[in-house]
Amino acid sequence: MALAAPLAAQLAAAPSSPGPDALDALMHELAARPSGHVTFIEVQHLAVLDRPLESSGELLYEAPDRLEKRILKPRPETLVLAHGVLSATRGKHTRTVELAAWPQVAPLLESLRATLSGDRATLERIFSVGLEGDAMRWTLELTPRDPEAARAVTRVIIRGESASLRTVEILLADGDRSLLTIGPEVAP
Amino acid sequence: MTRAGWTGTLVFAVLAALALGVVARATYTADLSAFLPRTPTARERLLVDELRTGLASRVIMVAIEGADAARRARLAADLAQRLRADVEFVGVSDGDRAGLEETAAFLSAHRYLLSDAVTPERFTAAGLRAAIDDTLGVLASPEGLAAKNLFPRDPTGETLHVLDALGERSLPTTGGVWSSRDGQRALLIAQTRAAGSDTDGQQRACGAIRRSFAAAAGALPAAPGAMALRMSGPGVFAVTSRELIRDSVIRLSGLGTILIAALLLAAWRSLPALLLTFLPVASGALAGVAAVALGFGTVHGITLGFGVTLIGEAVDYSIYLFVQGAPGADWRATVWPTIRLGMLTSVCGFAALVPSGFQGLAQLGLYSIAGLIAAALVTRWVLPEWRPKSLETRDLTALGTQLWRALSSIRPARIALALIPLVAVLILYADRAALFSRELSDLSPIPEGEQQLDASLRADLGAPDARYLIIASAPGLDAALSAAQAVADRLTPLVAEGVIGGFETPTRYLPDAATQRARRASLPAPETLAARLAEALVGLPVSAARLAPFLHDVEQARTSDPVTPADFAGTPLGAALDALLERSGPAVTAYLPITGPGGGDLSPAALERLRAAVAGATPAATLLDLKAEADALYAHYLRQAVSLSLAGLAAICVLLAWALSPARALRVVAPLALAVLTVAAALAAAGGRLGILHVVGMLLTIAVGSNYALFFDRLARREPSAVPRTLASLVIANLATVAGFGVLAFSAVPVLAALGRTVAPGALLALLYSAWLARLEAPAAPAAAAAPAR
Repeated sequence: MALAAPLAAQLAAAPSSPGPDALDALMHELAARPSGHVTFIEVQHLAVLDRPLESSGELLYEAPDRLEKRILKPRPETLVLAHGVLSATRGKHTRTVELAAWPQVAPLLESLRATLSGDRATLERIFSVGLEGDAMRWTLELTPRDPEAARAVTRVIIRGESASLRTVEILLADGDRSLLTIGPEVAP
Repeated sequence: MTRAGWTGTLVFAVLAALALGVVARATYTADLSAFLPRTPTARERLLVDELRTGLASRVIMVAIEGADAARRARLAADLAQRLRADVEFVGVSDGDRAGLEETAAFLSAHRYLLSDAVTPERFTAAGLRAAIDDTLGVLASPEGLAAKNLFPRDPTGETLHVLDALGERSLPTTGGVWSSRDGQRALLIAQTRAAGSDTDGQQRACGAIRRSFAAAAGALPAAPGAMALRMSGPGVFAVTSRELIRDSVIRLSGLGTILIAALLLAAWRSLPALLLTFLPVASGALAGVAAVALGFGTVHGITLGFGVTLIGEAVDYSIYLFVQGAPGADWRATVWPTIRLGMLTSVCGFAALVPSGFQGLAQLGLYSIAGLIAAALVTRWVLPEWRPKSLETRDLTALGTQLWRALSSIRPARIALALIPLVAVLILYADRAALFSRELSDLSPIPEGEQQLDASLRADLGAPDARYLIIASAPGLDAALSAAQAVADRLTPLVAEGVIGGFETPTRYLPDAATQRARRASLPAPETLAARLAEALVGLPVSAARLAPFLHDVEQARTSDPVTPADFAGTPLGAALDALLERSGPAVTAYLPITGPGGGDLSPAALERLRAAVAGATPAATLLDLKAEADALYAHYLRQAVSLSLAGLAAICVLLAWALSPARALRVVAPLALAVLTVAAALAAAGGRLGILHVVGMLLTIAVGSNYALFFDRLARREPSAVPRTLASLVIANLATVAGFGVLAFSAVPVLAALGRTVAPGALLALLYSAWLARLEAPAAPAAAAAPAR
């Protein structure tokens, strides 16, 4: 891959705080994907429960700002984030909230959406961004800037390989955490 | 002055002083009451009460426009904060989350009595398992962030269920406050302490919002882009219409008076004569207001507006006296009988309005009758006595002669008048479907732009315009809640079927005591619950040990007292509950507003099903379709206005036939009928819809125009030398009338404008047609000495 060499060079030079070019290169590569449709498995560790919650389903992404999380098991639920508005449909109920009005939740979804769309501006507006690894295997460490959001969410860690995301790990301030593992592409 | 003159003046002075006393002590209003029935049926009373003081009447919708979304949101949040601290408001909602959290805490504390999911089945092992499994789903979603702390106390998710059932409004928010769908307005809803009918209270509330807005805007750091405050709601409308009516009445009466004074000054060229001319008008107005105050108790502002019309006719009397009362002529024998007959004709017309159920019309009728009688009496008994011998109004014979020539030149064309009824009837027939207006809102003085703002804010806020409303009254709070619950139970299936979009009920916030007791009874005893919970949790990722707080809370709820309205006091839900319950003495009324599917109107079939559902509820409740009821009321007014006007016309015809002869009466009425037809056809052709006040205006045209026609009728029987002076007086009187009504035509208040637009051209045409159709002989010699009266 043509981008890999310069990106690796940049990362070698500044491993902990990404030079503008390394993050730009990654964002550029991510932004090149107009859409995606993958499966996922999510494991959530909650302190109020004795065992982790597992769920699975599909993620659908359309550039630049529509992200759908279709939970199929164990209880169907659909979350759609589009134009900054989140709608959650469970059973016959659909709830719609503006993400900006819900600062604790915003990092959970915007981290993934902004990364998928290679939207560096949004990413850096919401988080302080750390980038590690090389272009083949990279890790984005996202720490919420908004104090209210930071009270709920400590960090979001996204791991990926070149233009593909592999896992999204969310660490909550109360010690709860979740790991979302992205599976293979769903055939259209 | 003669002895009779002294007596007349003395009587006049005493009566005027009495009338002044009455007028000074009368009460004046400018609210909606003029448009409401005088003796409402039980249903109409509900409608009227609802419009004046009900649920929707206290809501002021506030929008902030301009600048950018962030600044609008900051200003809106600050404004809401200030208004919450203001005694004029019982509640302010702007979608802020602090209120939501407070609400959630309150609901959580009382969840086992407030949640309609609490049934014996839910607390079986299977029921608990299903409920806990659902809640685990919530924990896995982004909502779980807020819900997971509740989980150990509330694993069955009652708090969320109650919040959901309350239908937390899913309005879009920007920067933490509600915004319109297009994102261009920040929105909030203020609920006033004052009822909608308390216009002063509403005005204070509007003022408080404006002041707080200015203060909040001033507190923001300076930035480009001004922000504008927009308000709407029934109270805002009441304030606006009162201001409009007040403005209109003051401005238009003033303007009408100035125009007429200028006209008369040009004719008389004498200030004393001008002042004397207005004496009958002023007496008439005084008598009119006094009569309305005595007859109705309250004088409506709009009546004073109609009162301008009186100037138009009463001023005619003194004009006839001054112009036709030529030197040496016995005015009382020649002119007075015609004025008297004209006055009686008008009184007949106005008398027809008095029985109207529409208060505005009834007051107009009484006002005009008293005013015209007083004006005529003053003209007959007082004015001639006060007229100084030295006062000579100008001899207008020359003007009259010119008028005569002009009239003679067009007389041959009068055959063309035969075409008028033909053309007019054709136009009216062609327009028959859309001829009459059908909506009460057509009477509203609120300008179109404000009404559109109201509609768009309601759409933005999803605020029900409370078109469909179910009302359940009972002696006592709990009985009213039970009645509301009985209706709600029948409405729920209709929502599921999509017949109605949704409904609100006080029982959603506060169930009746029996329901709460039943829920309490569904909660198992501690040992039973512990055993069932252990069974329910098998295979679930949570152990019973973690849910000890749940057992504790259920046990507490099992022994708690039912929730009462007092528990709601001071919470954000308290205002919502208050809005749906109204206490008047021991009786309590519960309101259940219905929204149509998708927020629209109900189809006739859906309305029928809703009606059937409500009719089947015990105890009885009433469904009101406020718009249909209001429009039915308007249609009733309109029918009444038409039939009363026809009755007035019939009375006028009978009076004239009796005073003159049937043939002469026909000649008098024919040009008036033509004038009315012409105006009606012209209004229809111009695309306007005829409303109540147009119909009344036609009656007034006949009442006022009869004076002209009667003078022509009389002229045909007098010596030709009287023609020029009579013509001159009629033209001046007519111009005064046209000026008085003409200014009304420009009023922003639709009822006043309708009256003006009908009567001003109608009166002009009545004179023209009367002159055209009169059988007159040429005056022998304009300058001839006065001949003895016939």
